Amino acid sequence: MKLVTPDIGLIIWMSLTFLTVLFLLSKFAWKPILKMIREREKSIEDALGAAEQAKVEMKKLYAGNEQLLREAMNERDQILKIARETKEQIVAEARQKAAEEAERIVASARETIRHEKMAAVIDLKNQVASLSLEVAEKLVRQQLSSDDKQKELAAKLVADAKLN
Amino acid sequence: MFPLVIFLLLHRDKQPLFMTAEARKFSLKHLIPLLFCLFSLQLAAQDEHASHAASQATDSTAAAHTSDAHAADSHSAAFDPGKMIVDHITDTHDWHLWGHTHVPLPVILYTPSGFECFSSGVFKNHETHASQAHTGKHHTYVLEDEKILVLGVNGEVDPTLSASIIDVSITKNVLTIFIVSAIMLLVFLSVARAYTRKPGQAPKGLQSFMEPLIIFVRDDIAKPSIGPKYEKFMPYLLTVFFFIWIANLLGLVPVIPGGANMTGNIAVTFSLAVLTFIITTVNGNGHYWRHILAMPGVPVWALVLLSPIEVLGMFLRPFVLMIRLFANISAGHIIALAFFSLIFIFGDGGKSVGGGLGVGVASWLFTTFMMCLELLIAFLQAYVFTLLSAIYFGSAVEDHHHEAHASHS
Repeated sequence: MKLVTPDIGLIIWMSLTFLTVLFLLSKFAWKPILKMIREREKSIEDALGAAEQAKVEMKKLYAGNEQLLREAMNERDQILKIARETKEQIVAEARQKAAEEAERIVASARETIRHEKMAAVIDLKNQVASLSLEVAEKLVRQQLSSDDKQKELAAKLVADAKLN
Repeated sequence: MFPLVIFLLLHRDKQPLFMTAEARKFSLKHLIPLLFCLFSLQLAAQDEHASHAASQATDSTAAAHTSDAHAADSHSAAFDPGKMIVDHITDTHDWHLWGHTHVPLPVILYTPSGFECFSSGVFKNHETHASQAHTGKHHTYVLEDEKILVLGVNGEVDPTLSASIIDVSITKNVLTIFIVSAIMLLVFLSVARAYTRKPGQAPKGLQSFMEPLIIFVRDDIAKPSIGPKYEKFMPYLLTVFFFIWIANLLGLVPVIPGGANMTGNIAVTFSLAVLTFIITTVNGNGHYWRHILAMPGVPVWALVLLSPIEVLGMFLRPFVLMIRLFANISAGHIIALAFFSLIFIFGDGGKSVGGGLGVGVASWLFTTFMMCLELLIAFLQAYVFTLLSAIYFGSAVEDHHHEAHASHS
């Protein structure tokens, strides 16, 4: 029974010593240790969080770069396309203008030719007329060289006039 | 019968009415007391055998009147394993080293007429090694069965005077308490210094050995058992955990400053359990007391039965805490000592060298195995004591959440 009978002296010493140790360790060991562990855990957590944040930001930045690059490429393509179009337009315009000019030149040439031709025709007509007149004058002069003939003509003219 | 009683007591707390599921995890803790019981029973049987044999031996020698005094001497001083074991696991007023060599420890007595202080060496005669009485300032004392008694004027033990004195000696266990406390202060103050000296840096050396244990107590014992209010109880839990663990380990060391069965002493475990009880009771909130005195949702007629049981359970829980630690650690010491006793039993007092040697090798192997198990138990018991304390604190500060109870019951 000695084994299961608590000894008062031992209880006193045990309680006294244990409480002293508890007090000393609480104040000078557990408090700073737990505080430091907590702080370190917090700092590690923060660092991990910051790393994660940085990763996300990096990704965002990378995505931004990609976007920028894509935009630049697009813009370049756009510019090239516009340039090409402009070039084609200019060429087409030039071509059209040239064609128009050529047409205009041709047209004016044709006009000139026509004018020249008309002038030549008129001139020819005039010359034919004056030649005809000269021929007619010579003929008339020959036919009306005698009085008889003049009278005959007059009579004929009169006869023609009546017929009309 | 005593081991069986302990075994039953240990099993009583399997479900102290409202305990969380965590406490059910320890199938091992049921195994160890069982082991303890088995060995104790065996030991008791052996004890009986040995005393029988011894008495027979003395009878026969007495009858034969042999002239060989030495033989008679060795027979009458037959090895008594029961006494040897109990002597080794109980508290003593001196520290036994070997043979007749003891380190005397100071005896401090409180008597109604004042304090008394002297060395425990005075109780032993230096030449004959026989025990003797000592006359102090106030009374004459004898040390009988490690208990200091007062002799009356007639030279007989005076029971009333003996009951009036309080023995507050620095016994072997008290010295061990001091040693454990000194180790703890040394270790943890230096660890704390390491923390404050380089804050925020990775732990080094002793610090890195202790940190996982401290975090283990915090994250695996305090946080899940107590909940958000765990921080208030951390100093007690940490101190109790390391105190029990270091004391258990020191108890496994066979030479000074180890070997004392300090955590296997009922007074020590009693003090620890009382502290757990006080902290639980002081911190008990309305919810805790309502569950003890008038469990909500229980009909009044059942409360008549239930409330006394709950009140009893309130005291039973620290009681079981006390018994468990005491029994487990004592069992470890008893087993080791029992195996070594076997060597002397089979050696038959030096007559059967072969028997002693054969059993010695077996004992040595088995004790080595037991020591490995004891290393685990040293940790396990510290863990269990701390965990159960934490669970009790948790039940004391727990907030209302009836759905959890509903699912349990």
